[in-house]
Order: sequence, then C-alpha cells, then structure tokens
Amino acid sequence: MRKLFNPFLALAAVIFVTAPVVIARAPFESTMGLVQKIFYYHMPAAMMMLLSAIFCGLVSAAFLATKRQVFDNFAVAAAELTVLYGAIAMVTGPLWARKAWGVWWVWDARLTMSLLMWMIFVSYLLLRRYGGPGSEKLSAGLAVFGMANAPFVYISVNVWRTLHPKTSVVPKLPVDFAIPLWWAFAGFLLLYIVLLTARARLEAQRALVDHLYLEFDE
Amino acid sequence: MSTKQMRWWLMFLVGFAGMNALVFGQPGQSEFVPVNELPASEQLPAAPLLIAAYLFVWAAMLFYVWSLWRRLGKVERDISEVSQLLSKRRA
Repeated sequence: MRKLFNPFLALAAVIFVTAPVVIARAPFESTMGLVQKIFYYHMPAAMMMLLSAIFCGLVSAAFLATKRQVFDNFAVAAAELTVLYGAIAMVTGPLWARKAWGVWWVWDARLTMSLLMWMIFVSYLLLRRYGGPGSEKLSAGLAVFGMANAPFVYISVNVWRTLHPKTSVVPKLPVDFAIPLWWAFAGFLLLYIVLLTARARLEAQRALVDHLYLEFDE
Repeated sequence: MSTKQMRWWLMFLVGFAGMNALVFGQPGQSEFVPVNELPASEQLPAAPLLIAAYLFVWAAMLFYVWSLWRRLGKVERDISEVSQLLSKRRA
C-alpha cells in the first residue's frame, strides 16, 4: 500500500486541481444557470460522506467483533473524513439552495437526516477525544448507528416530498454534465483513499508511541 | 336524499368553493418586470455563491491536509524521541 501512496496522491492532486477547468467547460443548466455548477462539488462530497459513513460503520463492527486495532485505526480515519466531506456538503448545499430555492435551508427529510448523520460522526470524534479509556468501543457502536442512517439519507428524496433533487437526476444526466461530475467524484474518491490511509497510519503510529512509552516506563 | 336537498347541497358546495377562490386565490400576474429592474435586495447574483462554495471546498481540503501533515510530523518526532530514550537506557 505504501508503494501506491505517492502515485495515488499525485493522481488525486491532478484530478482535483483540474476539476474546476473541466467544470467550467460544462454547459449551463437551463433553469439554474451558473449556480448549478456547485453541484459538481456538492454531490460528490455528499456521496463520499455516505460511503465514508458506511465504511466507518463496517470497520467499527469488525473492530467490535475482532478487537483488532487496525479496524479501529480505519474507523477513526473514516469518521474524521465523514465529518470533513459532510461539512463540504452541508456548506455548499445551502449556497446552492439560496439561489435555486430562495432559502438557505429547509427542514425536509433529506437535509435534516444529513445534518443528523453529520452530527452523529461529530459526536463520534468528540467521544474519541474526550471519552477516556474504553471510548473506542462506545464510539464503534455509535458508528454502526451512523451507518444505519446512510440508506435512509439516500432514499429520503424518493420517499418524502422535498425541494431537493431526486436520486434519478444523476443516472439521467446528459454526457456534458456527467463528465465533470464523475471527474470531480474521481478526485474526491482518490483524495479520500489517500487521506484515509494517511490518517489510519497516524493512528497506528500513535499506538506505537504509547507502546514505546510503556516499554520505557517498565 | 331528495332531489331538492341534493340541489341545495350542490349550490352550497359551489358557493363555498367560489368564495374560497375569491378570498384565498392568488391574483394573476398583471405585468412582467425585467430582473435587472428589481430592487437590489431581491437581485441575487450566482457568482459570489459559486465562488464561496468552491473556496470553502478548497480551504477545507487544504486545512485538513495541513492538519494531518502536522500531526504526522509530531507523532514521528515523538517516536524518534522515545526510541532514543530507550536506546540510551539499553546502552
């Protein structure tokens, strides 16, 4: 994995840096115009938030079942990235909505459930930071709960009435809109893999520091 | 229900619906106003919102990468420090 880290980082950086150019070349949407271009960062960030929450829940469940440290390292990394990508989705969404809907925020099912999910992972990080010994098991349980929320967030726009576009928008996108979207998504995904690996390594090294200090004290 | 009663009910319903339409119905648009003639408070340009969104994405990503790089640097310094202490003790 370490051999792949640098090429992945380079590729992620290239895609992420060139994404605004690809997006600028995309045509304007008929009713929303320029502001619709927020979509190319908003949707991949929101999608990554959901995928990251699911990954965090799965590795947390694996940690609870096996007690292997490596699962916990990846769970912490995924939780932190869920909060990062969630923050991007939560900020870019209202900036788009202000122009498209005329309001910054509506308390409909999609927005409220997304906010709730983001807050679950913020509380995961707070629990890890201030929970003391044993907090890794409690937070793993919280991550499983957060993961269970992800499918509801995804289907909420199809089940409940909302101003938010439905999930059918993405499969029906014309090619000119789809290319910049998937380009940006690839950038977000590659960057996620790079950051996840680096953050999990940080957690492993912290465990090593603790182990070395214990050895020193004995 | 007799025919006379039905007629009264029908008149009542039509009257009620008509009254609702008069009281609560939205007035039709009487004129078209060009968007650039709207008061400044009602005009909302898209560019500042788009720029703000993109700036936030880049700022958040760069901040996280910087924070991760700083934390990795610190933990590596800690490892070398405690390793030196251990090797000194062993010597």
